[in-house]
Amino acid sequence: MADKVLMKGNEAIAEAAIKAGCRHYFGYPITPQTEVAAYMAKRMPKIGGTFLQAESEIAAINMVYGVASAGLRVMTSSSSPGISLKGEGISYLAGADLPALVVNVQRGGPGLGGIQPSQSDYFQSTRGGGHGDYHMIVLAPSSVQEMAEMTVKGFELADKYRMTAMVLADGTMGQMMEPVDLNFEVAPAPEKPWATTGTEMKRKHNIVNSLSLVPEELEKLNIARFERYELVKRNETMYEEYMMDDADIAIAAFGIAARVSKNAVNEARKRGIKAGLIRPITLWPFPDAPFKKAATHVKQFISVELNMGQMIEDVRLASECKVPVTLCNRVGGMIPSPEQVLDAIVKASK
Amino acid sequence: MVENNSAFRIPHSALRRVTLIVGHYGSGKTNIAVNLAVAARREHERVAIADLDIVNPYFRTKDSLDLLREKDVRLIVSEYANTNLDIPALPQDMYAVTDDRGLTCILDIGGDDRGALVLGRLRPAILEENDYEMWLVINKYRPLTATPADAIEVLREIEAAANMRCTGIVNNSNLGRETTVADVLASIPYAEEVSALSGLPIVLTTAEETVAKELDGKVKDLFPLALQKNFIERKIQ
Repeated sequence: MADKVLMKGNEAIAEAAIKAGCRHYFGYPITPQTEVAAYMAKRMPKIGGTFLQAESEIAAINMVYGVASAGLRVMTSSSSPGISLKGEGISYLAGADLPALVVNVQRGGPGLGGIQPSQSDYFQSTRGGGHGDYHMIVLAPSSVQEMAEMTVKGFELADKYRMTAMVLADGTMGQMMEPVDLNFEVAPAPEKPWATTGTEMKRKHNIVNSLSLVPEELEKLNIARFERYELVKRNETMYEEYMMDDADIAIAAFGIAARVSKNAVNEARKRGIKAGLIRPITLWPFPDAPFKKAATHVKQFISVELNMGQMIEDVRLASECKVPVTLCNRVGGMIPSPEQVLDAIVKASK
Repeated sequence: MVENNSAFRIPHSALRRVTLIVGHYGSGKTNIAVNLAVAARREHERVAIADLDIVNPYFRTKDSLDLLREKDVRLIVSEYANTNLDIPALPQDMYAVTDDRGLTCILDIGGDDRGALVLGRLRPAILEENDYEMWLVINKYRPLTATPADAIEVLREIEAAANMRCTGIVNNSNLGRETTVADVLASIPYAEEVSALSGLPIVLTTAEETVAKELDGKVKDLFPLALQKNFIERKIQ
């Protein structure tokens, strides 16, 4: 492939997944992520992979469960209402400790909502999404290049911790076109001695299952899983700080909201207001450290979100409510403009 | 001199009555169709652009509504374009394209073969009148049309779905707003090979206006483009 290619975010996800060795994609079309499926439909047959448009989202996520059990890199993608349908299957993946990649290109809701961008599945993604005690690793790209890189990262982390990783994007990230450099290295997938690949009569058979008959054992499994989550928190938390060293006002924003906010921070700096940005890249685990640190010198956090205020709760928790946290938002498919964010910064500076 | 390099000027002979713009998903058809329609209005009294995209609910000719109104170009578009109603709706006045033969029409067709299926309805009248061109838009920097062979595959799929043959190629190779003069020049051998493999002439090579100024004299049939802002760009810039 050429040095750079012009891709939609959705296409970048699909091509990066192929680059990461994913040869199994199961999905069901829904705007604004349909290009992931369309791209896979075109590419997979040419590289000996499997593209399957399932009869429903529920079928697709259970096919993911099957391939993950066999130890192969596998993914599905959807948008908000479709992710809700997959919720049960995602919980089963967690219960069986299976690595998989789920992509959510969010649209406005609740219900059928609309087809324009949104970040209103933050709670759903970071708290698990389906039933039961579990987490997914949630990655929030903020450019088409990151859509590709986070997809690869998602596969790697999923394998490393036997967890589901989610790329949480939104309609703008999925639809926008930007030049992408896909010439980066991808480490080969690790060995998966737990996978159900056939014993060849040489070992005890492996079992993949999320059902436990003995409550004492189920408790142990849950505790062990959360010990693993602690490792993820310690090792894999990612964030970007922008002009935070001397900041008086800190914006918290991820994905498309972070891009808008960066413009607003630059504009505020031109006006002599010391604004900065903390951009969580992993939404779970949430990057507590930069917020805790910033709370010692900023006088206000502004959480910029495309929802009615969801990440704001994590900002409050991480900063231990030491300084006020306010919300700057648009919903229903709308995006805060750089002017709106700037206004919020100016107001906070007074 | 500057005038010749600015947007909305077609570098060669007048357009046919109907120009169909087809191509791969995301190849730049809508941008080109809007620019062609505005350019056509310089030479023709009555010009329309028909948005017949049944594939993508975003990035529609409607994004350029203000420009089209200002330039007095009629927009034939479904009332549901750019709304939350995600259905493959066609405009109620789409038959003006074939019924009103005094109208110079640019047809913006949806991506790939799926988008070209829409031509089934219009094909008999277009062929019968026989005053049309069907131009394939190609972009070397799009991953699924990065090689001439891939571009030819898309061409054949579109022709099969439309049941019509393309008559020319528009080389719209670009990397979005990062496109350089070198990027455009590097795409020329690619476009020439697509042309050789298909037997179709390269009718236009496009470049964004400022890039086009630097390409003056270096590229044949250069068509400078005023890039249209889509809904994302209008929302976040």
